[in-house]
Amino acid sequence: MANKLSLKIITPSRNMFEGDVDMVIMRTMSGDVGILHGHQPMVTILDYGVLTIKNDGEERLAAVLGGFAEISADGMSILTDAAEWSNEIDVVRAKEAKERAEARLKNTQANIDIKRAELALKRALVRLDLGANK
Amino acid sequence: MASMRDIKRRIKSVNSTQQITKAMNLVASSKLNRAKSRFNDTKPFFEATKRVIANVVKGSKGVSSVFMQERKVSGKTLVVVIAGDRGLCGGYNSNVCKAAMEIVSQKESSAVITAGNKAREFFKHKGVEIADSFRDISEKPGYVDAFILGAKIIDMYEKGEADEVYFVYTEFITTLTSEPKVIKLLPLDPKDFENDNEPHSATLTIYEPDEEAVLNYVIPKYINTVIYGGMVESAVCELSSRMTAMDSATENATEMIEHLNLVYNRVRQGAITQEITEIVSGSNALE
Repeated sequence: MANKLSLKIITPSRNMFEGDVDMVIMRTMSGDVGILHGHQPMVTILDYGVLTIKNDGEERLAAVLGGFAEISADGMSILTDAAEWSNEIDVVRAKEAKERAEARLKNTQANIDIKRAELALKRALVRLDLGANK
Repeated sequence: MASMRDIKRRIKSVNSTQQITKAMNLVASSKLNRAKSRFNDTKPFFEATKRVIANVVKGSKGVSSVFMQERKVSGKTLVVVIAGDRGLCGGYNSNVCKAAMEIVSQKESSAVITAGNKAREFFKHKGVEIADSFRDISEKPGYVDAFILGAKIIDMYEKGEADEVYFVYTEFITTLTSEPKVIKLLPLDPKDFENDNEPHSATLTIYEPDEEAVLNYVIPKYINTVIYGGMVESAVCELSSRMTAMDSATENATEMIEHLNLVYNRVRQGAITQEITEIVSGSNALE
């Protein structure tokens, strides 16, 4: 394939990825979307989910926890609060976080921030999902 | 004139102070390097976020967001101040607090959110209402801290507890100079984005789900980034002013020791001369 998409993944604390790729698959609010070179300019909000980068027949996976993607004529940038490559994920920690969040959600008596616990659970699930099949 | 022993003791104490200031200088300068690289890492995210907002604002007239509508300021003005936890860094803390105090004193009713012990102490002393305060983040701010602070601000703004929000931090100019800076965080002024020099691409951009949702999602993110950027920049300033302050303290101590050594030698010389005179006159008396 001659035409490649120039992709940047930026988090507040680091430039996570910069380079040309064949295809990006990301989880938006309305489902998974694949982006190729020459896509129409678009701005979309991302859900918590797995991001797949395809390049030269290789796949790279990352957990992306919210944020948004901007596609313009000269490339695509993904801006997210937090993102991790699949090999950076601490499965043990994610599992613990999942159990903690589940316990909190079950315990409806306590005065807890349900939204926060749900988000924590969602984060843990994305990480586990990716961590399990690495 | 002070006795020899007193001067000796004084030299010793100045010397140990000098050692401390020297160590603090070294610690600050090594921390400064790390803080500077973090500061550079925050820029791309900030600029990209700003660009997206600018494109939405420029590309779609009429779309507005809660965060951009001018409100009549009937309630509180919220001032967010980023300062340090610790002193010994020249005028860093007091400069930023004074800049914040200026806004507070102009407004009828206001509250502050402080980051850093020094800012909290300052406003407590002045009797200003403190809505919230954060600590232990000044030297090494994380995005999570900015996120929590940002969520608090947006929550207060949406509930109407605050009608406008100002953000006061210290801008890094060079290692030797930094200046407190005030920016209006909420409501956002669309003009800030329109004045962007970057030409707006005429192509039609899809916004998913729609422009307003994107704007309402991106603006809180933008605010978080501004706060995070401000925190990181302030940390750079705190460390650099501590470095400069400690550097001049070490220099002053060196000067002081030099002077004290001079005095010490003079006193010693005087004592020896006196002793000789005594011996000579004693032996003269014996003859």
